[in-house]
Amino acid sequence: MPDELPGGVLRGPQAHADRAFRGIAIGAAALVLLILGMIALVMADRARPVLAEMGLDFFTSKRWSPPHEKFGALPFLFGTLYTAAIALAISVPVSLGVALFVTQVAPRWLKKPMIYLLDLLAVVPSVVFGLWGVLVLSQHFGLGRSFLTAGIILGIMITPIITSLAREVMETTPAAEKEAALALGATRWEMIRAAVLPHSKGGLVGAVMLGLGRAMGETIAAALVIGSALGQITLDPFAPGNSMPAVIANEWGEADHMHRSALIALAVALFLLTIVVNLIATAIVQRSMARSRGKS
Amino acid sequence: MSAPGPLDLHGLRAQPSWRAAKSHLATAAMILAVVAIAIPLLAVVWSVVTRGIGVVTDAFPEFFTAEIPVVSRRKGPGMGPAILGTLLVTGGATLIAVPLGVLGAIYLHEYGQTSRFARLVRFMTTVMTGVPSIVMGLFVYLTWTLRFGYSAFGGALALACLMLPVVIGSTEQMLRLVPATLREAAYALGTSKSRTILTVVLPAALPGIVSGSLLAIARAAGETAPLLFAIGAATAYNPNLFAEANTALSVQIFGNATSSFVAAQDRAWGAALTLMLLAFVVTFIARKLTARFALER
Repeated sequence: MPDELPGGVLRGPQAHADRAFRGIAIGAAALVLLILGMIALVMADRARPVLAEMGLDFFTSKRWSPPHEKFGALPFLFGTLYTAAIALAISVPVSLGVALFVTQVAPRWLKKPMIYLLDLLAVVPSVVFGLWGVLVLSQHFGLGRSFLTAGIILGIMITPIITSLAREVMETTPAAEKEAALALGATRWEMIRAAVLPHSKGGLVGAVMLGLGRAMGETIAAALVIGSALGQITLDPFAPGNSMPAVIANEWGEADHMHRSALIALAVALFLLTIVVNLIATAIVQRSMARSRGKS
Repeated sequence: MSAPGPLDLHGLRAQPSWRAAKSHLATAAMILAVVAIAIPLLAVVWSVVTRGIGVVTDAFPEFFTAEIPVVSRRKGPGMGPAILGTLLVTGGATLIAVPLGVLGAIYLHEYGQTSRFARLVRFMTTVMTGVPSIVMGLFVYLTWTLRFGYSAFGGALALACLMLPVVIGSTEQMLRLVPATLREAAYALGTSKSRTILTVVLPAALPGIVSGSLLAIARAAGETAPLLFAIGAATAYNPNLFAEANTALSVQIFGNATSSFVAAQDRAWGAALTLMLLAFVVTFIARKLTARFALER
């Protein structure tokens, strides 16, 4: 809109300064494309040796043995998905419950401090959660270092994020729709099911997907509590396991050439996985936001 | 006809029904969810405060100033070099990411708007927000650290890559809130576009931009994974941003968390308390600014 205004039709030195500023701004914006492009190129280039050697076995083989130059990433792929699934199973019902409580039930005096507290907890560094997981949760609650411990820690970590997104989506429910439901004699729960949930369904799915992306990409907390077992593919939640980012963080220090290439290939796979999840999430959120804006 | 008797108030009172019961049950479930999340989150904060405070106060103020013991099983302070490292790395990242992010957002909202290039950049910014921090760390290691060696600056680069899309996103939101009438008034006075942006639009959006950037900084200060690769390991002070290995609070917590020595674990709790307070203070300032911004609007 501002572009249609006559701001850009000056002549003389002012016009040069104007163009220079515009150029700098374009450059800064283009930096995003440059960095992403470089990440893709550099990482793909470094991952090539191991992918050339292992081929598709890299993703389907269970054997990860750096001394024998055997790199099968399937257990780590499994560990990433499994811990993320546990995290979601814990976090989603809790997040939705809290978001509903904050937006539909809580009185005003309680609402503000709760939002404030949740926002504050969202900035607790992940390494602090990891520290608590390894020295308190895994030791004093008999969980050990396992898929379950990692899933719980990740679940706790992503709950403030999902809650705050879910809350924002629920907040956009038009008051008229809620009042209409109540005026027809609906109870609060019936009002939520008839007005709030249908209205915010898309946004909620998106919020959960963003939480999923977070849980899969989280390195440090997972690296501390997952147990770093090699080659474990088991649904037993108490078994120690490993996940893609945790392997990278734990093994990078001692890795030699081919091993490093394998770890970078893991990072590429993780990169693609989280990007796909995030893109689906963003698309869902934006579509539902656009729809709700059109409605109200 | 006799006058109508007193209204039967009892008949108007809400009757207990399964529908009402279901609603109460749902409310109870929500309260249960609040309790379920409050317990672990408060437990984390409680552990960090109770275990960290003793470590910090036992050696006050040496904990914040003394160098890190080279032998990790030795008892005693300090985290001085890690605190300096965290400030260096986060400060460096801020100096890189905030100006570039604000400029990028200015392009998106003031120039590009809905053009194809702007839409592409906006889309890629979303993509970049989702890149796992460890991938950024590896990327910086491969492109910077391999060539120039360990330094705090490498860590700053990695954190800047993580902060950039967040700053762009939050700044664009804030620019959107600046009323078009302000721009029109400036143009009507014959002001050029760049000058309008720098002297009218940016000052109007400034509190919001600062608050969004502070939230990005608070998140970045706690990041560990990108630093592991880029800054190396050090136990002594290294005030040089551009050379030699450095350390940071988050890296120290990560390293000491898995140590079997109680002394090292103690230092991890102390460092965790320091880092958490740092993040909270920055977030607190950001929220205060947001509140003031909201009041002025």
